[in-house]
Amino acid sequence: MKRLFVRVYGEPPRHLVILLLSFAVCGYALVRLLRTEWLSVLEWVVGAAILHDVVLVPLYGGADWLLHKGVQAGKPLSRSRLAVVNHLRVPAFLSLLTLLVYWPSISRNAGTNYRRATGLSPDVFWPRWLLITVVLFAASAALFALRAHRTRRRPGG
Amino acid sequence: MRFPPRPVSGPFRSPLRGPWLTSVFGSVLLVGLPVLFVTGLLSYAAYNPDLSHINDQTPGKGLLGFYLFSWPTHPYWLYRLTQGMHVTLGIVLIPILLAKLWSVVPKLFTLPPVRSLGHALERLSLLLLVGGGLFEFTTGVLNVQLDYLFPGSFYTLHFYGAWVFTGAVAAHVALRMPQAVRALRSREFRAELRTSTARTRPEPADGGGLVAAHPAEPTMSRRGALGMAGLGSLVLFVLTAGQSIGGPLRRTALLAPHGRDSGSGPNGFPINKTALKAHVRPQDIGEDWRLTVRGNGRTVRLTLGQLQALARHTAALPIACVEGWSTENQHWQGVRLRDLAALVGHHTDPPGVFVESVQLAGSFRAVALRANQVRDPRSLLATNVNGAPLSPDHGYPARIIVPDAPGVMSTKWVRQLTFGATDFEERA
Repeated sequence: MKRLFVRVYGEPPRHLVILLLSFAVCGYALVRLLRTEWLSVLEWVVGAAILHDVVLVPLYGGADWLLHKGVQAGKPLSRSRLAVVNHLRVPAFLSLLTLLVYWPSISRNAGTNYRRATGLSPDVFWPRWLLITVVLFAASAALFALRAHRTRRRPGG
Repeated sequence: MRFPPRPVSGPFRSPLRGPWLTSVFGSVLLVGLPVLFVTGLLSYAAYNPDLSHINDQTPGKGLLGFYLFSWPTHPYWLYRLTQGMHVTLGIVLIPILLAKLWSVVPKLFTLPPVRSLGHALERLSLLLLVGGGLFEFTTGVLNVQLDYLFPGSFYTLHFYGAWVFTGAVAAHVALRMPQAVRALRSREFRAELRTSTARTRPEPADGGGLVAAHPAEPTMSRRGALGMAGLGSLVLFVLTAGQSIGGPLRRTALLAPHGRDSGSGPNGFPINKTALKAHVRPQDIGEDWRLTVRGNGRTVRLTLGQLQALARHTAALPIACVEGWSTENQHWQGVRLRDLAALVGHHTDPPGVFVESVQLAGSFRAVALRANQVRDPRSLLATNVNGAPLSPDHGYPARIIVPDAPGVMSTKWVRQLTFGATDFEERA
Protein backbone atom coordinates (compact mmCIF):
# COMPACT_ATOMS: atom_id res chain seq x y z
CA MET A 1 0.00 0.00 0.00
CA LYS A 2 2.71 2.40 1.07
CA ARG A 3 4.85 1.34 -1.89
CA LEU A 4 1.97 2.02 -4.26
CA PHE A 5 1.51 5.46 -2.69
CA VAL A 6 5.18 6.30 -3.16
CA ARG A 7 5.02 5.12 -6.77
CA VAL A 8 2.03 7.30 -7.56
CA TYR A 9 2.89 10.32 -5.40
CA GLY A 10 6.67 10.19 -5.57
CA GLU A 11 7.23 10.89 -1.86
CA PRO A 12 6.38 9.13 1.41
CA PRO A 13 2.88 9.73 2.92
CA ARG A 14 4.13 12.07 5.65
CA HIS A 15 5.24 14.46 2.88
CA LEU A 16 1.64 14.78 1.73
CA VAL A 17 0.30 15.12 5.30
CA ILE A 18 2.74 17.95 6.09
CA LEU A 19 1.95 19.81 2.87
CA LEU A 20 -1.80 19.47 3.29
CA LEU A 21 -1.62 20.82 6.85
CA SER A 22 0.51 23.69 5.62
CA PHE A 23 -1.83 24.44 2.70
CA ALA A 24 -4.75 24.53 5.13
CA VAL A 25 -3.11 27.33 7.14
CA CYS A 26 -1.79 29.15 4.06
CA GLY A 27 -5.13 28.82 2.26
CA TYR A 28 -7.11 30.14 5.22
CA ALA A 29 -4.86 33.23 5.40
CA LEU A 30 -4.57 33.57 1.61
CA VAL A 31 -8.36 33.82 1.20
CA ARG A 32 -8.28 36.75 3.64
CA LEU A 33 -5.22 38.27 2.02
CA LEU A 34 -6.86 38.16 -1.40
CA ARG A 35 -10.25 39.45 -0.26
CA THR A 36 -9.44 42.98 -1.41
CA GLU A 37 -7.30 43.88 -4.40
CA TRP A 38 -6.65 40.18 -4.96
CA LEU A 39 -5.01 40.62 -8.33
CA SER A 40 -2.53 43.22 -7.09
CA VAL A 41 -1.68 41.16 -4.00
CA LEU A 42 -1.14 38.06 -6.14
CA GLU A 43 1.05 40.13 -8.46
CA TRP A 44 3.07 41.23 -5.45
CA VAL A 45 3.56 37.73 -4.00
CA VAL A 46 4.39 36.05 -7.33
CA GLY A 47 6.11 39.19 -8.63
CA ALA A 48 8.41 39.36 -5.59
CA ALA A 49 9.57 35.78 -6.17
CA ILE A 50 10.08 36.33 -9.92
CA LEU A 51 11.75 39.72 -9.47
CA HIS A 52 14.19 38.19 -7.01
CA ASP A 53 14.95 35.04 -8.99
CA VAL A 54 15.11 36.34 -12.54
CA VAL A 55 16.12 39.98 -12.05
CA LEU A 56 17.96 40.51 -8.77
CA VAL A 57 20.01 37.29 -8.73
CA PRO A 58 21.21 37.55 -12.37
CA LEU A 59 21.88 41.26 -11.81
CA TYR A 60 24.19 40.82 -8.83
CA GLY A 61 25.62 37.59 -10.24
CA GLY A 62 26.39 39.40 -13.50
CA ALA A 63 27.90 42.39 -11.69
CA ASP A 64 30.16 40.06 -9.71
CA TRP A 65 31.23 38.31 -12.92
CA LEU A 66 32.04 41.66 -14.54
CA LEU A 67 34.07 42.65 -11.48
CA HIS A 68 36.10 39.46 -11.84
CA LYS A 69 36.66 39.97 -15.55
CA GLY A 70 37.64 43.58 -14.95
CA VAL A 71 40.23 42.79 -12.29
CA GLN A 72 41.58 39.73 -14.10
CA ALA A 73 42.02 41.66 -17.36
CA GLY A 74 42.43 38.43 -19.33
CA LYS A 75 45.04 36.92 -17.01
CA PRO A 76 44.53 33.92 -14.71
CA LEU A 77 43.15 34.71 -11.29
CA SER A 78 46.14 34.94 -8.96
CA ARG A 79 45.91 35.27 -5.18
CA SER A 80 46.71 38.95 -5.24
CA ARG A 81 44.10 39.66 -7.92
CA LEU A 82 41.57 37.69 -5.92
CA ALA A 83 42.34 39.90 -2.91
CA VAL A 84 41.58 42.96 -5.06
CA VAL A 85 38.28 41.41 -6.14
CA ASN A 86 37.24 40.66 -2.57
CA HIS A 87 38.23 44.05 -1.21
CA LEU A 88 35.93 45.60 -3.82
CA ARG A 89 33.23 42.96 -3.57
CA VAL A 90 32.55 43.26 0.16
CA PRO A 91 32.08 47.06 0.37
CA ALA A 92 30.06 46.98 -2.86
CA PHE A 93 27.82 44.29 -1.37
CA LEU A 94 27.33 46.27 1.84
CA SER A 95 26.65 49.50 -0.02
CA LEU A 96 24.12 47.90 -2.37
CA LEU A 97 22.48 46.05 0.51
CA THR A 98 21.88 49.29 2.41
CA LEU A 99 20.66 50.89 -0.81
CA LEU A 100 18.20 48.04 -1.34
CA VAL A 101 16.83 48.09 2.21
CA TYR A 102 16.67 51.88 2.54
CA TRP A 103 15.74 52.62 -1.09
CA PRO A 104 12.42 54.34 -0.18
CA SER A 105 14.28 56.81 2.06
CA ILE A 106 17.40 57.28 -0.06
CA SER A 107 15.46 57.75 -3.31
CA ARG A 108 13.03 60.10 -1.51
CA ASN A 109 10.14 58.00 -2.89
CA ALA A 110 8.42 58.48 0.45
CA GLY A 111 9.59 62.09 0.73
CA THR A 112 6.20 63.80 0.94
CA ASN A 113 4.80 61.26 3.40
CA TYR A 114 7.95 61.48 5.45
CA ARG A 115 7.93 65.25 5.68
CA ARG A 116 4.23 65.40 6.56
CA ALA A 117 4.50 62.62 9.13
CA THR A 118 7.67 63.59 10.95
CA GLY A 119 8.07 67.28 10.18
CA LEU A 120 11.66 66.54 9.12
CA SER A 121 13.40 66.87 5.77
CA PRO A 122 13.66 63.68 3.68
CA ASP A 123 16.74 64.99 1.85
CA VAL A 124 19.32 63.82 4.38
CA PHE A 125 19.33 60.13 3.50
CA TRP A 126 20.99 60.05 0.10
CA PRO A 127 24.08 62.04 1.17
CA ARG A 128 24.31 59.81 4.23
CA TRP A 129 24.19 56.70 2.07
CA LEU A 130 26.87 58.15 -0.18
CA LEU A 131 29.00 58.90 2.86
CA ILE A 132 28.51 55.35 4.21
CA THR A 133 29.53 53.97 0.81
CA VAL A 134 32.68 56.10 0.73
CA VAL A 135 33.59 55.02 4.28
CA LEU A 136 33.05 51.34 3.44
CA PHE A 137 35.28 51.46 0.34
CA ALA A 138 37.90 53.52 2.18
CA ALA A 139 37.95 51.07 5.11
CA SER A 140 38.28 48.16 2.71
CA ALA A 141 41.11 49.90 0.84
CA ALA A 142 42.92 50.60 4.11
CA LEU A 143 42.55 46.97 5.12
CA PHE A 144 43.84 45.88 1.71
CA ALA A 145 46.90 48.14 2.04
CA LEU A 146 47.58 46.85 5.55
CA ARG A 147 47.34 43.23 4.43
CA ALA A 148 49.51 43.84 1.36
CA HIS A 149 52.11 45.52 3.57
CA ARG A 150 52.17 42.56 5.97
CA THR A 151 52.47 40.04 3.15
CA ARG A 152 55.44 41.94 1.72
CA ARG A 153 57.17 41.99 5.09
CA ARG A 154 56.69 38.24 5.47
CA PRO A 155 58.49 36.69 2.50
CA GLY A 156 56.84 33.53 1.30
CA GLY A 157 53.80 34.29 3.44
CA MET B 1 6.36 8.59 -11.38
CA ARG B 2 9.68 9.73 -10.08
CA PHE B 3 12.73 10.97 -11.96
CA PRO B 4 16.08 11.51 -10.26
CA PRO B 5 17.26 15.13 -10.25
CA ARG B 6 20.15 15.96 -12.53
CA PRO B 7 23.30 17.55 -11.15
CA VAL B 8 23.45 21.31 -11.41
CA SER B 9 25.12 22.75 -14.45
CA GLY B 10 24.73 26.02 -16.27
CA PRO B 11 25.48 29.41 -14.81
CA PHE B 12 25.44 28.35 -11.16
CA ARG B 13 29.00 27.22 -10.59
CA SER B 14 29.91 28.53 -7.14
CA PRO B 15 31.84 25.84 -5.24
CA LEU B 16 30.39 27.13 -1.98
CA ARG B 17 26.82 26.08 -2.69
CA GLY B 18 25.80 22.92 -0.94
CA PRO B 19 23.56 21.53 1.78
CA TRP B 20 25.92 22.58 4.59
CA LEU B 21 26.01 26.28 3.68
CA THR B 22 22.26 26.35 3.01
CA SER B 23 21.63 24.68 6.37
CA VAL B 24 23.77 27.22 8.24
CA PHE B 25 21.78 30.13 6.76
CA GLY B 26 18.59 28.12 7.36
CA SER B 27 19.47 27.64 11.03
CA VAL B 28 19.86 31.38 11.55
CA LEU B 29 16.45 31.96 9.95
CA LEU B 30 15.00 29.12 12.02
CA VAL B 31 15.86 31.12 15.13
CA GLY B 32 15.01 34.55 13.71
CA LEU B 33 11.72 33.92 11.89
CA PRO B 34 9.81 32.55 14.93
CA VAL B 35 10.89 35.65 16.90
CA LEU B 36 9.57 37.84 14.06
CA PHE B 37 6.32 35.86 13.96
CA VAL B 38 5.69 35.97 17.71
CA THR B 39 6.59 39.66 18.12
CA GLY B 40 4.36 40.40 15.12
CA LEU B 41 1.42 38.53 16.69
CA LEU B 42 2.04 40.40 19.94
CA SER B 43 1.90 43.70 18.10
CA TYR B 44 -1.55 42.81 16.81
CA ALA B 45 -2.67 41.88 20.35
CA ALA B 46 -1.28 45.20 21.63
CA TYR B 47 -3.98 47.07 19.69
CA ASN B 48 -6.68 45.22 21.71
CA PRO B 49 -8.50 44.39 18.45
CA ASP B 50 -11.04 42.18 20.23
CA LEU B 51 -12.22 45.14 22.32
CA SER B 52 -13.62 47.23 19.46
CA HIS B 53 -13.76 47.14 15.68
CA ILE B 54 -12.23 50.64 15.86
CA ASN B 55 -8.99 49.08 17.10
CA ASP B 56 -9.11 46.18 14.65
CA GLN B 57 -7.35 46.64 11.33
CA THR B 58 -8.07 43.03 10.27
CA PRO B 59 -11.67 42.38 11.34
CA GLY B 60 -11.97 39.40 9.00
CA LYS B 61 -9.27 37.46 10.88
CA GLY B 62 -11.53 34.57 11.93
CA LEU B 63 -9.57 31.82 13.66
CA LEU B 64 -6.29 33.71 13.25
CA GLY B 65 -7.24 35.85 16.26
CA PHE B 66 -7.43 32.76 18.49
CA TYR B 67 -4.60 33.89 20.75
CA LEU B 68 -5.74 37.45 21.52
CA PHE B 69 -5.64 38.60 25.13
CA SER B 70 -5.97 41.82 27.11
CA TRP B 71 -2.77 43.71 26.47
CA PRO B 72 -1.08 44.48 29.82
CA THR B 73 0.29 47.81 31.04
CA HIS B 74 3.22 46.11 32.82
CA PRO B 75 6.10 46.23 32.19
CA TYR B 76 5.67 49.64 30.60
CA TRP B 77 8.52 49.00 28.14
CA LEU B 78 7.15 45.69 26.80
CA TYR B 79 5.81 47.04 23.49
CA ARG B 80 8.90 49.16 23.03
CA LEU B 81 10.97 45.98 23.34
CA THR B 82 8.83 43.59 21.27
CA GLN B 83 8.18 45.99 18.41
CA GLY B 84 11.74 47.31 18.37
CA MET B 85 12.89 43.70 18.11
CA HIS B 86 10.36 42.94 15.38
CA VAL B 87 11.47 45.74 13.08
CA THR B 88 15.19 45.68 13.84
CA LEU B 89 15.46 41.91 13.59
CA GLY B 90 13.42 41.91 10.39
CA ILE B 91 15.84 44.36 8.77
CA VAL B 92 18.92 42.58 10.15
CA LEU B 93 17.72 39.22 8.75
CA ILE B 94 17.46 40.54 5.17
CA PRO B 95 21.06 39.65 4.19
CA ILE B 96 20.62 36.18 5.70
CA LEU B 97 17.39 35.71 3.76
CA LEU B 98 19.09 36.85 0.54
CA ALA B 99 22.08 34.58 1.22
CA LYS B 100 19.79 31.63 1.86
CA LEU B 101 17.93 32.30 -1.39
CA TRP B 102 21.26 32.69 -3.24
CA SER B 103 22.38 29.32 -1.92
CA VAL B 104 19.31 27.51 -3.27
CA VAL B 105 18.74 29.43 -6.50
CA PRO B 106 19.90 26.57 -8.80
CA LYS B 107 16.93 24.57 -7.51
CA LEU B 108 14.61 26.97 -9.22
CA PHE B 109 15.97 25.90 -12.56
CA THR B 110 16.29 22.13 -11.90
CA LEU B 111 15.16 19.87 -14.69
CA PRO B 112 12.71 18.32 -15.05
CA PRO B 113 10.73 21.11 -13.36
CA VAL B 114 8.31 18.62 -11.88
CA ARG B 115 9.45 15.09 -11.02
CA SER B 116 6.32 13.77 -9.38
CA LEU B 117 2.98 14.80 -7.92
CA GLY B 118 4.64 15.22 -4.52
CA HIS B 119 7.38 17.36 -6.04
CA ALA B 120 4.78 19.56 -7.77
CA LEU B 121 2.99 20.18 -4.47
CA GLU B 122 6.26 20.95 -2.78
CA ARG B 123 7.18 23.47 -5.45
CA LEU B 124 3.82 25.15 -4.97
CA SER B 125 4.59 25.32 -1.26
CA LEU B 126 8.01 26.80 -2.09
CA LEU B 127 6.34 29.52 -4.16
CA LEU B 128 4.34 30.47 -1.05
CA LEU B 129 7.55 30.29 0.99
CA VAL B 130 9.69 32.49 -1.26
CA GLY B 131 6.88 34.77 -2.49
CA GLY B 132 5.38 35.04 0.99
CA GLY B 133 8.75 35.71 2.61
CA LEU B 134 9.79 38.40 0.14
CA PHE B 135 6.28 39.89 0.40
CA GLU B 136 6.51 40.12 4.20
CA PHE B 137 9.98 41.61 4.21
CA THR B 138 9.14 44.05 1.40
CA THR B 139 5.89 45.31 2.91
CA GLY B 140 7.59 45.69 6.30
CA VAL B 141 10.58 47.58 4.89
CA LEU B 142 8.29 49.88 2.87
CA ASN B 143 5.94 50.57 5.77
CA VAL B 144 8.63 51.55 8.27
CA GLN B 145 9.86 54.04 5.67
CA LEU B 146 6.35 55.39 5.09
CA ASP B 147 6.39 54.33 1.42
CA TYR B 148 2.87 53.01 0.97
CA LEU B 149 3.28 51.45 -2.46
CA PHE B 150 1.63 48.18 -1.56
CA PRO B 151 -1.93 47.41 -2.68
CA GLY B 152 -4.14 48.00 0.33
CA SER B 153 -3.88 48.36 4.08
CA PHE B 154 -0.48 47.45 5.49
CA TYR B 155 -2.07 45.73 8.49
CA THR B 156 -4.16 43.42 6.29
CA LEU B 157 -1.30 42.56 3.95
CA HIS B 158 1.36 42.06 6.60
CA PHE B 159 -0.84 40.13 9.06
CA TYR B 160 -2.39 37.65 6.62
CA GLY B 161 0.84 37.49 4.65
CA ALA B 162 2.61 36.47 7.84
CA TRP B 163 0.29 33.49 8.24
CA VAL B 164 0.81 32.41 4.63
CA PHE B 165 4.57 32.70 5.04
CA THR B 166 4.59 30.93 8.41
CA GLY B 167 2.44 28.09 7.10
CA ALA B 168 4.92 27.56 4.27
CA VAL B 169 7.95 27.90 6.61
CA ALA B 170 6.50 25.25 8.94
CA ALA B 171 6.14 22.77 6.07
CA HIS B 172 9.60 23.57 4.76
CA VAL B 173 11.16 23.02 8.19
CA ALA B 174 9.25 19.78 8.74
CA LEU B 175 10.27 18.41 5.33
CA ARG B 176 13.88 19.58 5.32
CA MET B 177 14.89 19.27 8.97
CA PRO B 178 16.37 15.73 8.71
CA GLN B 179 18.42 16.76 5.66
CA ALA B 180 19.57 19.97 7.36
CA VAL B 181 20.68 18.14 10.50
CA ARG B 182 22.60 15.63 8.38
CA ALA B 183 24.23 18.44 6.41
CA LEU B 184 25.24 20.37 9.52
CA ARG B 185 26.81 17.23 10.97
CA SER B 186 28.69 16.56 7.74
CA ARG B 187 31.20 19.34 8.36
CA GLU B 188 32.56 20.72 11.57
CA PHE B 189 31.59 24.37 11.92
CA ARG B 190 34.81 25.53 13.57
CA ALA B 191 37.01 23.65 11.13
CA GLU B 192 35.07 25.29 8.31
CA LEU B 193 35.77 28.70 9.82
CA ARG B 194 39.50 27.94 9.73
CA THR B 195 39.49 26.86 6.07
CA SER B 196 41.09 29.40 3.72
CA THR B 197 39.90 30.18 0.21
CA ALA B 198 42.71 28.13 -1.35
CA ARG B 199 41.72 25.05 0.61
CA THR B 200 37.97 25.46 0.04
CA ARG B 201 36.52 22.46 -1.77
CA PRO B 202 32.97 21.90 -3.00
CA GLU B 203 30.70 19.81 -0.81
CA PRO B 204 30.29 16.23 -2.03
CA ALA B 205 27.55 15.85 -4.68
CA ASP B 206 24.34 15.34 -2.78
CA GLY B 207 21.67 14.56 -5.37
CA GLY B 208 19.71 17.42 -3.80
CA GLY B 209 20.50 19.81 -6.60
CA LEU B 210 22.62 22.33 -4.68
CA VAL B 211 26.20 21.29 -5.42
CA ALA B 212 27.49 22.45 -8.82
CA ALA B 213 28.35 19.72 -11.32
CA HIS B 214 31.24 21.74 -12.73
CA PRO B 215 32.28 24.00 -9.85
CA ALA B 216 34.43 27.04 -10.54
CA GLU B 217 37.62 27.77 -8.60
CA PRO B 218 36.75 29.21 -5.20
CA THR B 219 37.09 33.00 -4.95
CA MET B 220 35.98 33.09 -1.34
CA SER B 221 35.96 30.65 1.57
CA ARG B 222 32.80 29.54 3.34
CA ARG B 223 34.04 31.61 6.26
CA GLY B 224 34.14 34.55 3.85
CA ALA B 225 30.60 33.93 2.62
CA LEU B 226 29.21 33.61 6.15
CA GLY B 227 31.23 36.63 7.24
CA MET B 228 29.94 38.71 4.36
CA ALA B 229 26.29 37.94 5.18
CA GLY B 230 26.99 38.51 8.88
CA LEU B 231 28.72 41.80 8.13
CA GLY B 232 25.65 42.83 6.12
CA SER B 233 23.49 42.14 9.18
CA LEU B 234 25.88 44.04 11.43
CA VAL B 235 25.93 47.10 9.17
CA LEU B 236 22.13 47.14 8.98
CA PHE B 237 21.95 46.72 12.76
CA VAL B 238 24.24 49.70 13.37
CA LEU B 239 22.31 51.83 10.86
CA THR B 240 18.90 50.88 12.29
CA ALA B 241 18.81 49.75 15.92
CA GLY B 242 19.47 53.19 17.41
CA GLN B 243 15.97 54.38 16.51
CA SER B 244 14.62 51.80 18.98
CA ILE B 245 17.41 51.47 21.52
CA GLY B 246 18.02 55.20 21.75
CA GLY B 247 20.78 56.83 23.75
CA PRO B 248 24.05 57.44 21.92
CA LEU B 249 23.17 54.68 19.42
CA ARG B 250 20.44 56.92 17.95
CA ARG B 251 23.21 58.82 16.23
CA THR B 252 24.51 55.73 14.41
CA ALA B 253 21.01 55.00 13.02
CA LEU B 254 21.93 57.07 9.98
CA LEU B 255 19.42 55.57 7.56
CA ALA B 256 16.62 54.70 9.99
CA PRO B 257 13.59 56.96 9.47
CA HIS B 258 13.40 57.90 13.14
CA GLY B 259 17.03 57.84 14.13
CA ARG B 260 17.21 61.59 13.80
CA ASP B 261 17.56 64.56 16.03
CA SER B 262 14.07 66.00 16.41
CA GLY B 263 15.30 69.28 17.81
CA SER B 264 16.09 70.28 21.34
CA GLY B 265 13.78 71.33 24.14
CA PRO B 266 10.99 69.54 25.99
CA ASN B 267 9.14 68.61 22.78
CA GLY B 268 12.28 67.44 20.98
CA PHE B 269 11.39 63.79 20.37
CA PRO B 270 10.13 62.03 17.22
CA ILE B 271 6.67 62.63 15.78
CA ASN B 272 4.76 60.15 13.64
CA LYS B 273 1.85 62.35 12.61
CA THR B 274 2.12 66.14 12.48
CA ALA B 275 -0.89 68.39 13.07
CA LEU B 276 -0.64 69.34 9.41
CA LYS B 277 -0.89 65.72 8.28
CA ALA B 278 -3.81 65.06 10.62
CA HIS B 279 -5.61 68.15 9.23
CA VAL B 280 -5.86 69.62 12.72
CA ARG B 281 -6.53 73.32 12.26
CA PRO B 282 -5.40 76.02 14.72
CA GLN B 283 -9.03 76.87 15.56
CA ASP B 284 -9.71 73.22 16.50
CA ILE B 285 -7.19 73.42 19.31
CA GLY B 286 -7.47 77.12 20.15
CA GLU B 287 -9.31 78.92 22.93
CA ASP B 288 -12.64 77.36 21.99
CA TRP B 289 -11.33 73.86 22.59
CA ARG B 290 -13.30 71.95 25.23
CA LEU B 291 -12.81 68.47 26.62
CA THR B 292 -16.04 66.51 26.86
CA VAL B 293 -16.08 63.69 29.42
CA ARG B 294 -19.07 61.35 29.24
CA GLY B 295 -20.26 58.23 30.97
CA ASN B 296 -23.03 56.98 33.25
CA GLY B 297 -25.41 59.21 31.30
CA ARG B 298 -23.54 62.31 32.48
CA THR B 299 -21.59 64.86 30.47
CA VAL B 300 -18.92 67.20 31.81
CA ARG B 301 -17.27 69.91 29.69
CA LEU B 302 -13.92 71.35 30.68
CA THR B 303 -11.82 74.20 29.39
CA LEU B 304 -8.07 73.67 29.27
CA GLY B 305 -7.75 75.77 32.46
CA GLN B 306 -10.32 73.62 34.27
CA LEU B 307 -8.58 70.43 33.09
CA GLN B 308 -5.25 71.68 34.34
CA ALA B 309 -6.78 72.56 37.71
CA LEU B 310 -7.57 68.86 38.38
CA ALA B 311 -5.13 66.72 40.38
CA ARG B 312 -1.97 66.44 38.28
CA HIS B 313 0.37 63.48 38.08
CA THR B 314 3.59 62.66 36.28
CA ALA B 315 4.47 59.46 34.42
CA ALA B 316 7.77 58.61 32.73
CA LEU B 317 6.80 56.66 29.63
CA PRO B 318 8.17 56.14 26.11
CA ILE B 319 6.37 56.49 22.81
CA ALA B 320 6.80 53.17 21.01
CA CYS B 321 5.60 53.03 17.41
CA VAL B 322 4.43 50.05 15.37
CA GLU B 323 7.11 51.16 12.89
CA GLY B 324 9.69 49.99 15.41
CA TRP B 325 11.14 53.29 16.56
CA SER B 326 10.66 54.52 20.09
CA THR B 327 11.68 57.37 22.33
CA GLU B 328 13.36 57.26 25.69
CA ASN B 329 11.04 57.85 28.64
CA GLN B 330 9.41 61.25 28.43
CA HIS B 331 8.05 62.93 31.55
CA TRP B 332 4.35 63.41 30.89
CA GLN B 333 2.24 65.53 33.14
CA GLY B 334 -1.54 65.54 33.21
CA VAL B 335 -4.70 64.11 34.73
CA ARG B 336 -5.14 60.41 35.44
CA LEU B 337 -7.74 58.72 33.22
CA ARG B 338 -9.27 57.12 36.33
CA ASP B 339 -9.71 60.59 37.90
CA LEU B 340 -11.52 61.72 34.75
CA ALA B 341 -13.73 58.62 35.03
CA ALA B 342 -14.56 59.68 38.59
CA LEU B 343 -15.83 63.03 37.23
CA VAL B 344 -18.75 61.16 35.62
CA GLY B 345 -19.40 58.93 38.60
CA HIS B 346 -17.05 55.96 38.05
CA HIS B 347 -15.43 56.27 41.47
CA THR B 348 -14.23 52.68 41.77
CA ASP B 349 -13.24 50.17 39.11
CA PRO B 350 -13.74 52.46 36.10
CA PRO B 351 -14.58 50.80 32.76
CA GLY B 352 -12.70 51.24 29.50
CA VAL B 353 -12.86 54.49 27.58
CA PHE B 354 -13.54 55.52 24.01
CA VAL B 355 -11.20 58.35 23.02
CA GLU B 356 -11.93 60.73 20.14
CA SER B 357 -9.60 63.28 18.60
CA VAL B 358 -10.47 66.59 16.95
CA GLN B 359 -8.88 65.02 13.87
CA LEU B 360 -11.78 64.48 11.48
CA ALA B 361 -10.41 61.90 9.09
CA GLY B 362 -7.69 59.30 8.93
CA SER B 363 -7.00 56.13 10.85
CA PHE B 364 -6.59 56.15 14.62
CA ARG B 365 -8.50 59.38 15.17
CA ALA B 366 -10.42 57.36 17.75
CA VAL B 367 -9.39 54.45 19.91
CA ALA B 368 -10.93 52.17 22.54
CA LEU B 369 -8.90 51.60 25.70
CA ARG B 370 -9.55 48.70 28.05
CA ALA B 371 -10.38 48.94 31.76
CA ASN B 372 -6.88 47.77 32.80
CA GLN B 373 -5.42 50.66 30.79
CA VAL B 374 -7.78 53.24 32.33
CA ARG B 375 -7.10 51.94 35.85
CA ASP B 376 -3.31 52.13 35.62
CA PRO B 377 -2.21 55.18 37.65
CA ARG B 378 0.34 56.03 34.95
CA SER B 379 -2.34 56.39 32.24
CA LEU B 380 -2.81 60.10 31.70
CA LEU B 381 -4.56 62.66 29.63
CA ALA B 382 -1.36 64.68 29.37
CA THR B 383 -1.20 68.40 28.77
CA ASN B 384 2.51 68.82 29.41
CA VAL B 385 5.67 66.94 28.56
CA ASN B 386 9.10 67.38 30.14
CA GLY B 387 7.88 70.47 31.98
CA ALA B 388 6.43 72.33 28.99
CA PRO B 389 3.00 72.41 27.29
CA LEU B 390 2.63 69.86 24.47
CA SER B 391 3.56 71.23 21.06
CA PRO B 392 0.81 71.15 18.39
CA ASP B 393 2.58 68.21 16.71
CA HIS B 394 2.66 66.26 19.97
CA GLY B 395 -1.07 66.70 20.53
CA TYR B 396 -1.73 70.09 22.15
CA PRO B 397 -3.86 70.75 24.15
CA ALA B 398 -4.21 67.20 25.50
CA ARG B 399 -3.19 63.68 24.50
CA ILE B 400 -3.46 60.18 25.86
CA ILE B 401 -0.42 58.38 27.18
CA VAL B 402 -0.83 54.76 28.35
CA PRO B 403 1.98 52.47 29.49
CA ASP B 404 2.83 49.76 26.94
CA ALA B 405 0.29 50.84 24.31
CA PRO B 406 1.41 51.25 20.68
CA GLY B 407 2.11 54.88 19.76
CA VAL B 408 -0.93 55.26 17.48
CA MET B 409 -3.19 54.44 20.42
CA SER B 410 -1.86 57.42 22.38
CA THR B 411 -4.45 59.64 20.71
CA LYS B 412 -3.44 63.26 20.18
CA TRP B 413 -5.64 66.40 20.17
CA VAL B 414 -8.25 64.65 22.34
CA ARG B 415 -11.71 66.23 22.38
CA GLN B 416 -13.92 63.58 23.96
CA LEU B 417 -13.66 60.70 26.41
CA THR B 418 -16.63 58.35 26.75
CA PHE B 419 -16.24 55.94 29.66
CA GLY B 420 -17.92 52.57 29.17
CA ALA B 421 -18.08 52.96 25.36
CA THR B 422 -16.12 51.18 22.64
CA ASP B 423 -17.47 52.95 19.55
CA PHE B 424 -18.73 56.28 18.19
CA GLU B 425 -22.08 57.26 19.71
CA GLU B 426 -23.97 57.22 16.41
CA ARG B 427 -22.89 53.61 15.84
CA ALA B 428 -23.14 52.28 19.39
